[in-house]
Amino acid sequence: MNKALIKIFAIFWKDLLNEFRTKEIIVSVLVFVLLVLVIFNFAFDIEINQSETVASGILWVALTFGGVIGLNRTFAVEKENSRLDGLLLCPVDRAVIYWGKLAGIFTFILVIAVVIAPVFLALFNLPLFLPRLALIIILAVLGFSAVGTLFSALAVNTRSRDIMLPVLFLPVVVPVIIAAVKATGPVLTGSPWSEISTWLQIMVVFDIIYLVVATLVFDFVIEE
Amino acid sequence: MNGDNTASSTRVIEVRRLEKSYGEHRALRGIDLEVDRGECLVIFGPNGAGKTTLLKILSTLLKPSAGKVFLEGIDIRSKPVQVRRKISLVSHQTFLADDLTVYENLKFYGKMYDVVDLESRIHEVIAWVRLESRLHDRVGTLSRGLQQRVSLARAVLHNPSFLFLDEPEVGLDPRASAMLADALDDISSGHRTVVMTTHNLTRGLELADSVAIIDRGKIIYRASGHELDKANFHQVYDQFTETGQ
Repeated sequence: MNKALIKIFAIFWKDLLNEFRTKEIIVSVLVFVLLVLVIFNFAFDIEINQSETVASGILWVALTFGGVIGLNRTFAVEKENSRLDGLLLCPVDRAVIYWGKLAGIFTFILVIAVVIAPVFLALFNLPLFLPRLALIIILAVLGFSAVGTLFSALAVNTRSRDIMLPVLFLPVVVPVIIAAVKATGPVLTGSPWSEISTWLQIMVVFDIIYLVVATLVFDFVIEE
Repeated sequence: MNGDNTASSTRVIEVRRLEKSYGEHRALRGIDLEVDRGECLVIFGPNGAGKTTLLKILSTLLKPSAGKVFLEGIDIRSKPVQVRRKISLVSHQTFLADDLTVYENLKFYGKMYDVVDLESRIHEVIAWVRLESRLHDRVGTLSRGLQQRVSLARAVLHNPSFLFLDEPEVGLDPRASAMLADALDDISSGHRTVVMTTHNLTRGLELADSVAIIDRGKIIYRASGHELDKANFHQVYDQFTETGQ
């Protein structure tokens, strides 16, 4: 296997193992997202024909804000024992560190999305089997993680990182979130592919742009 | 190489007019330094003198504001990845994940450094720091002294040519400090080039082949070999740091 891939996997595996032991990110974000969904469920009495406009928004609001909580912890844990310095001392291109951390963040948020999606569908009386929703979630979470990893690294060296991260990150990730909301609505109502294909293309394009730009600028962002 | 053909082939660290500023604050003000292969240079200086900043620049964690640093003739700014293969840093922070075991931490760093025959190397370094029985314990369950020994094992795992030690004894009790000192004796007596900062004059002098005193971002005293009068160094240190020459 390519040496860079081995190192990306090593970083990913370390983060996975650490999360498995501490359950710091997944559990806290999962509880938060579930609470948001339950609150919205009680706040809005949604009919099936309103689900396109309201329910999709609720899902992505919950996932977005929950995801920000997770992102805040991703690099913050590396500050403990100056582990980030240990990582930066390793003889690897900074892009390897970016992709390793990205793989971890993507997996954590995807796991959360996979757990809450059925709960969301059940709470809002929607059909439980929606394979197209899975595709939207994967594309949106990828874009979200691509930008989130970059901004999480940027915010980690700032004093008020809890505030800085959403302020910097959310305006940049908005196109992907909007596309996810717009694509999710028709999927929930069983509309044809033609109604969501444009939004899927937008997500793919933004994912590629985010991944390329973040890989290129990560070196400058992570330097102290 | 840096273009200085007359430079001795044994000179492996060359620092030229190094400066580092944080906004208005000038942490380093034109440092010039040379270290030979296998030398153990111990840098003393009061808090805020610039010792840690210097080591962070040498280890590529910080970029200098001006000046050049060459390690074995390689400009650390132009080829940082190549330089990082040759160096290691030990500070009072361990760079270890508390929730992973000693073995998992070492395996992670071994993979990041492409260590050949990693399993046997892990057992070799963990035996060296006498922690075989704690190999599968989580780092967070170890005492501060033991964690620092794991940190030393991590640092030598890839057999670096240069070892930078930034006050590694901070926070250790006397017993843990003595154990760490034994390990440092081993390290500094080998082929490795060591640059260490410390406040502990006695311990530092025991290890040192040469010394430097840094104050307010400048090297104000440098002595090596026969110039280094270890017996009277305490007075020299007091004299130089009090007057800030």
